[in-house]
Amino acid sequence: MKLAKEYFADQRQDDLNELGQSRQRSDVPGHVTGKTAYFADRNFPGMLYLKMVRSPHHHARIRGIDVSEAEKHPGVARVLTSKDIPHNVYTILILIQVGPEDEQVLAEDKVRWKGEAVVAVLADSERAASEAAAKVRIDYEVLPAVFDMEQALAPGAPLVNEYHGQNHYMYDSGASRKVRFGDVEKGFAEADHILEQTYLSSPIEQAPTETTGCIAVPEGNDRYTCYTNTQAMFFTLDNTSIILQMPGHKLHMVGGTVGGGFGGKVDVTVEPIAILAAKLTGRPVSFIYSRQEEMQISSPRAAEKIVIKDGVMKDGRLVARKVTGYTDAGAYSRHSPYGAQKGAAHYPGPYTVPNVSVDTWCVYTNRTPSSAMRGFGVTIADFALEVQMDKLARLIGMDPLEFRFINAYRDGDMKAHRQKTEGAALIECMQEAARVSNWPVADRYMKMSSYEGT
Amino acid sequence: MPKVPVQFTLNGEEKAEFVDSGATLLKALRDKIGDHSPKGGCHQGTCGACSVLVDGELKLSCLVLAETCQGASVTTAAGLAENGVLHPLQRAFIDGFAAQCGFCTPGMLMAAKSLLDRVPNPTRDDVVEAISGNICRCTGYEPIIQAVLTAARANSQNAA
Amino acid sequence: MGIALQSFATVAEAERALSASGAQYLGGGTLVLRALNEGDVAVEHLVRVTDAAITDIAIDGGRARIGAGVTMTAVARHTGLEAIASAARAVGGPAIRNMATVGGNLFAAAPYGDFAVALLALDATVETGGADRPIEAFLADRAAGKSSPIVTSVSFALPPPGSFRFRKVSRVKPKGVSVLSIAAVIETAEDGRVLAARIALGCMAPRPMRAKAAEAALAGQPMTEQGVAAAVAAVAEGIDPITDAIASAWYRAEVLPVHLRRLLLE
Repeated sequence: MKLAKEYFADQRQDDLNELGQSRQRSDVPGHVTGKTAYFADRNFPGMLYLKMVRSPHHHARIRGIDVSEAEKHPGVARVLTSKDIPHNVYTILILIQVGPEDEQVLAEDKVRWKGEAVVAVLADSERAASEAAAKVRIDYEVLPAVFDMEQALAPGAPLVNEYHGQNHYMYDSGASRKVRFGDVEKGFAEADHILEQTYLSSPIEQAPTETTGCIAVPEGNDRYTCYTNTQAMFFTLDNTSIILQMPGHKLHMVGGTVGGGFGGKVDVTVEPIAILAAKLTGRPVSFIYSRQEEMQISSPRAAEKIVIKDGVMKDGRLVARKVTGYTDAGAYSRHSPYGAQKGAAHYPGPYTVPNVSVDTWCVYTNRTPSSAMRGFGVTIADFALEVQMDKLARLIGMDPLEFRFINAYRDGDMKAHRQKTEGAALIECMQEAARVSNWPVADRYMKMSSYEGT
Repeated sequence: MPKVPVQFTLNGEEKAEFVDSGATLLKALRDKIGDHSPKGGCHQGTCGACSVLVDGELKLSCLVLAETCQGASVTTAAGLAENGVLHPLQRAFIDGFAAQCGFCTPGMLMAAKSLLDRVPNPTRDDVVEAISGNICRCTGYEPIIQAVLTAARANSQNAA
Repeated sequence: MGIALQSFATVAEAERALSASGAQYLGGGTLVLRALNEGDVAVEHLVRVTDAAITDIAIDGGRARIGAGVTMTAVARHTGLEAIASAARAVGGPAIRNMATVGGNLFAAAPYGDFAVALLALDATVETGGADRPIEAFLADRAAGKSSPIVTSVSFALPPPGSFRFRKVSRVKPKGVSVLSIAAVIETAEDGRVLAARIALGCMAPRPMRAKAAEAALAGQPMTEQGVAAAVAAVAEGIDPITDAIASAWYRAEVLPVHLRRLLLE
């Protein structure tokens, strides 16, 4: 590895001894000998296996649930429905006052996406749990569903989530997260060219090799230990505490090495129900997603629709940028109101634009709830922004990298969010990228600096 | 749940257990015998995390019934090191940063061992083919491929 | 209840056990145990045959007979079967190939079953209930949901050197699940013109199918860009590709001619 220490040499002390050095990972001897303990690498006598009965419909009213045959099935210890959950309606980010609570742990009156959890069956083997789950009878009245964000926002669309009252999240700033800077319409009026483009992305599954799961164990003193592969230990602890109406000191969450997460294990979907089952049966409970569940049930990266309208001058200056971003939350909020908000904070990208207007929406549809995944809210935004930058460069006949040098933010520039830029390094990164890729860039750009002469 | 007896050699040690009728080798190893080195990533034969050697042949323990391993010799990643000395593959995986989250690692090691047992001096293509049934989601395949090639070189130097 | 495994020394005994409700034949396990692991509760007991004869490979008089229990690895490594090794190697990764059997592949629904595509192009016969049946008839019965006695072997005439071609297309390299597969046996005269062609397709229907319009269009043609053009244009006739997580029917139909052309001109 090469450290390009010539950049910013006068801005820092060269006293970083570990950077650039190879160090053996502390956990790797365990990995190669098979000794690293993942949450499921434990055995408990008397363990029960939880099998979830899920909605086969995208949107349906539940008219009745009959678990009597399932309860009688040999090996079944308990069957759970919404009635068993102390606080059945929750939302993860209520911990930071991002409400309303909008999701049922086990569906009570309605299912809003195909795969929603309705009934939990606990049996002394996976086979018995599967057999009993097949005997659960749920009477559904299928409702019209909406899968497209534009259709969900159109008048007369089926209402996905009654806890919100409309098919989008309502921020304190209104229906969208807003950024307003300068006068974007004036900027468009002055621009030599205007380019408006729409960018679409699909949901992306994180697909960790180890599926989401946990093992909950009653400790015999009304305390419960939960071995989990969550990526968000305290979200899990606090939400479980709320859902089960159980003080946190009764819940002992044990994390550890996670077999891949990528954001897919940030939601709180297995622990509350497993701990409740352990409490109600007095036995250890294993609730581990099958591969099928991991791919179809666990929350993916949101689908996004991004409309970018730019005003650009012939000399390469971006003078106006208007962005409307839509994040498909699926049926429930999970982390998507935050994801959409991150988008608003991310535009207009690492460029200095004098006139900016941004609106980001968090939209509800009858799709699998979306949530965190590697840079959610900004990764697709960057894809759209950078494709747009290439198109703008082409439009005015300019080299795409030189076009970015002209617009790159530099120390002291006022950003659209009214924070002065500090510690920018985009110019230096582009210079190094140009060098290593032998991309020809005019000398004046190679002499630019993020901070000198600003 | 009816039980059936199974008896096989695991990493050179005799094992005799009663397992649930219909239990997979993966379940028998993990839940009964306590060798957690094979991982259950998909239970579909798709990810390779449960790879083990049965009588020297690479198999997916999630798709093998424990009962059909009667009298067999089973090798898992937990049995790769001998007398505390790491196998060259293990050494190369450590040195080459070929394990990040580690979940695919035991299966990768067994797939790689299966290759080196047959082809001591593999080409890069041989290695790619040998691990084509093993999915890694975070380390990236390149360090793994390099580690297997490194181990093969170390092996052949020791043999020379 | 748990799954009971019953092992029988002969096919006849296993056949009788299979008539019980909830019984399922266990070959290499890559299809059956996968379904069980995913929670298929219809299967209650598994039946297997321990007779070593079902793992035999016999090459005799230009014909090959491969036991139903022979694994893909065994096919790929057999010196007498080099001509079709590429099809056996296309199945799964090494571990799957050590388990998956020739017989089982006949029962693998698309996108799996790439080896059965090869067997269809080879115009194999399937031995079931002691009789050899044409593979086309066997697959048609399968498609119609008709059950058959236990498959014990497949046999086919070994293709003349260089006449067997196989291509499996997947999105993941070196390979993954099929977008499609194509197997072809193309016999040419001394002047390079096609004497006879059999082309079989995978993923173009729930089970392997023959591309008969393309075969007819290829007959008498030289294996040149122009010579194969009519076959390439005709290959989509009668297809009904599957749609799954790997690809849509539309995509599969679009790329099929591209890959047939490459296969024929390689």
